[in-house]
Amino acid sequence: MDPQRKRKVRLVVALSVAVLLAVALVYTSFSAASEAKEPSPLVGLATSSSIDMTGKVVPGSIRHRGEQLDFRVVDREGGGPALPVTYRGTVPDPFRGGREIVLTGEVNNGTFVGEPDTLVTKCPSKFTTNAS
Amino acid sequence: MQVSFGSVVLTLAFLAMVTAVAAALIGRKGDERWVLISRRAVYGACALLTFCVVLIELAFARDDFSFKIVAEHSSIETPAFYKMAAMWSSQEGSLLLWAWVLSIASSLALYATRNKLREIVPYATAVMAGVASFFTGLMLFAGGVNPFAKLSPVPADGIGLNPLLQHPSMMIHPPMLYSGYVAFTIPFAFAVGALITRKLDASWIRATRRFALIAWAFLGFGLLLGARWSYTELGWGGYWAWDPVENAALMPWLIGTAFLHSVMVQEKRGMLKVWNACLIVATFSLALLGTFLVRSGVLQSIHAFGNSTVGPYILGLIGVVLIGSTALIVSRLDDLRSEKRIDSLVSRESVFIVNNLLLVALTAAIFWGTFFPLISEFFTGTKSSLAAPWFDRYTTPLAILLVLFTGIGPLLAWRRVSWATAKKVFLVPTVVAAIAAVALAVFSDAGSKPWALALFTFATFALVGLSQEFWRGAAARRSLKGGSMASALVGVVSRNRRRYGGYIVHIGIAVLLIGIAASSSFQTKRDVNLRPGQSAVVDGRKVTYVRPTAKVDKLALTVGAVLRIRKGDEAFTLHPTRRFYRPTGSAGGGGISPYFAGESDSEIGLKAGLGTDFWTANQPSIVGLQRHARAADQGFAKCVRGGPGVPPQCRAIGATMQAALANPRLRPQALARIEQLQLETAKQIAAGYLSEDAPSTFRVIVNPLVTWMWIGGLIALAGAIIGLWPTRRGRRGLVADTELEALKEAKYREIRDAELDHAAGKLSDEDFALLDAELRKEAIEILDSGESREAVSVHPDRGST
Repeated sequence: MDPQRKRKVRLVVALSVAVLLAVALVYTSFSAASEAKEPSPLVGLATSSSIDMTGKVVPGSIRHRGEQLDFRVVDREGGGPALPVTYRGTVPDPFRGGREIVLTGEVNNGTFVGEPDTLVTKCPSKFTTNAS
Repeated sequence: MQVSFGSVVLTLAFLAMVTAVAAALIGRKGDERWVLISRRAVYGACALLTFCVVLIELAFARDDFSFKIVAEHSSIETPAFYKMAAMWSSQEGSLLLWAWVLSIASSLALYATRNKLREIVPYATAVMAGVASFFTGLMLFAGGVNPFAKLSPVPADGIGLNPLLQHPSMMIHPPMLYSGYVAFTIPFAFAVGALITRKLDASWIRATRRFALIAWAFLGFGLLLGARWSYTELGWGGYWAWDPVENAALMPWLIGTAFLHSVMVQEKRGMLKVWNACLIVATFSLALLGTFLVRSGVLQSIHAFGNSTVGPYILGLIGVVLIGSTALIVSRLDDLRSEKRIDSLVSRESVFIVNNLLLVALTAAIFWGTFFPLISEFFTGTKSSLAAPWFDRYTTPLAILLVLFTGIGPLLAWRRVSWATAKKVFLVPTVVAAIAAVALAVFSDAGSKPWALALFTFATFALVGLSQEFWRGAAARRSLKGGSMASALVGVVSRNRRRYGGYIVHIGIAVLLIGIAASSSFQTKRDVNLRPGQSAVVDGRKVTYVRPTAKVDKLALTVGAVLRIRKGDEAFTLHPTRRFYRPTGSAGGGGISPYFAGESDSEIGLKAGLGTDFWTANQPSIVGLQRHARAADQGFAKCVRGGPGVPPQCRAIGATMQAALANPRLRPQALARIEQLQLETAKQIAAGYLSEDAPSTFRVIVNPLVTWMWIGGLIALAGAIIGLWPTRRGRRGLVADTELEALKEAKYREIRDAELDHAAGKLSDEDFALLDAELRKEAIEILDSGESREAVSVHPDRGST
């Protein structure tokens, strides 16, 4: 094969692989992603599909009931109705009232039931403009 | 805000950087005086920014709460060690760190190139000083992020550094990451200079290679420290979560890795020029993107950052960088054409191209996953996010292929390798890897995990291949110089630091990936709920909750557990605890319950070993503790209020409180007494916890080979340091001082490399003869061109050599 042709073949192969990867990325990402929602649209629902819920823990609402943790969350910007949440599993160190959390789970009878070990609490780490 | 002395110094630094930009642009056509002014302005700005950092650090050390930054991120009680680190826990302090590190890196780069790259340097200076003035200007003009902002009235004490950040890693992890991000500015600036002046040979790469490697090493080490911090501190037991902020630091590191490899192809073969220009633009843009992401709040991350004012500005800078660089590259496409073509598919340069494609694909997948919430919102209107399994699906196979090429690359010589030679060098690693694969499949659990098995096999191939490289290199040197094998090994490594430093990095990465694959595929994780005296069996180990512990000090109420772990003859004790921090500043509010509403963290129990890590965190049931605390709160309030029937010491406190209300100067005294009472009550509650047999949930993780991840990371760092370490000639100041010398030096090194490859059996006699003749011809061409060049140009401000 002459070098010019060889280079073209290589280019076509490389581009096809890239396109395949890109298509796979796009396809799998849309099918694997779970919807992210804030608490207020979930309040009052009877059931829901699996959701990544992002909200702010209402200070003073945290109750430990044996293994189970009950608390309420509101939208990140604050305000709006509060959504009751139950959760079992590991609680990250930074978890406390007033913190933002991300929790995977679904609504059941008006309560958001978190999947075990999916509770993510945001590190209060840096650049917080107000005192935490 | 009052105008402070520090603000004046910061303004002067900003003006110096702006002067540097202006002077560099005026002197761009070769007016040495202006170029000298621009260089000195950068040095001056560096000195001024250093002074700013000293002022801030002094303010922290002296507890000067008139500084807003000190009042918000430190307190009298903050340990001195963390007062120093508190600067970069703030938005404004981290911006100052960015600008300061950049000014240091720019000064070093300009000093190193003071007699080189005369056409490129003015533009590079303008870019470096431009970026530095952007960050300095941001602090001065963006609003709310001036590190010298003052408070009035001055508070008596500060808020303090969040206890979760009070960890030794806080001292080095952020500055490491920052230095990594920032140092990539240097190769980017010189690339822009080279593009503008169309000086697109490898000279800009040679001048900035060290900076790219330093940036890469810092960023990599910063990532490793972050992973370690997460593993040991957060009570979670993982080291990586595909969190946007982690990804933001990983992406420039991956593209930087690709860049470090592909620039070698440009240096040696004059190829991949467009690619290299694109890679360094991408690396720098991703570094800026990382800086932006942590300040913008556009993506949900475990690292929560306040909405800050600087995000849009940084996004603007990224836009300018991307649009400007793309336009520049497109307009220079004619000059960026490769000088040569790849001679053979079986050569190191073609392996580098494959490795580059893999790294870019890996980054593309991570980028897509990281920004998917924004992408999905754009297309579907709903924000959706991708979890770790999605990332693993793409990164696992790509990492496995990468580790294979980590082994293949070093076995091949540059330009061409005959099949016969290739077979010879591949034989031993392939056979050993095949035996390892069979043995692992038959005798271990790896047979059921094909991805892990593939990674172990390829990593074995890489490790054996790399060891063979060291062995053959040492043997070749020994046959030349005699002596022992060990001294020959030291000799060959120290004479070829770039090459062997790189190989050591490869060994480190292979070892690190073995650690990741083993610990993620064969981990056992269980949560067990035990009362004192009870036991559970986890992964064949009997875990016994021996007894609870409790401790109260000024800082926190700490409850813990003594765990006894036994497997056969092996037995050890761990002591995982959970600390509930005493809320600062609320002592006046009093009470004990705030302990359990405030910050808390885990001190994990870890028995690390070369084989397995036994990791455990404790989540004590605090229901009983809280009940006692509520009862204590009532007693506490009653005591402070005074009234009939309270104990005499309460009456004394009540009196002090009354007096403090009338006379504010007595307030500290009253607060101290309340704090004392709080401490004593907390101690009683802690004693109650010990006697009540409360259950605790223990997260137990058995992590095989995870220690090798940290060891691998350290090996890679050592390799990078060896690759960076100047040779004896370099230390004596005889480094290539001019571009011509650098060019000669590079060609001599190539000739030496080829000789070593030949002696080590990587090049056949015929291939070596051809290659050597080519290289010598190229060397003579350089010498000829140098003579004619030196005859016409005499350097006006030649340095100290």
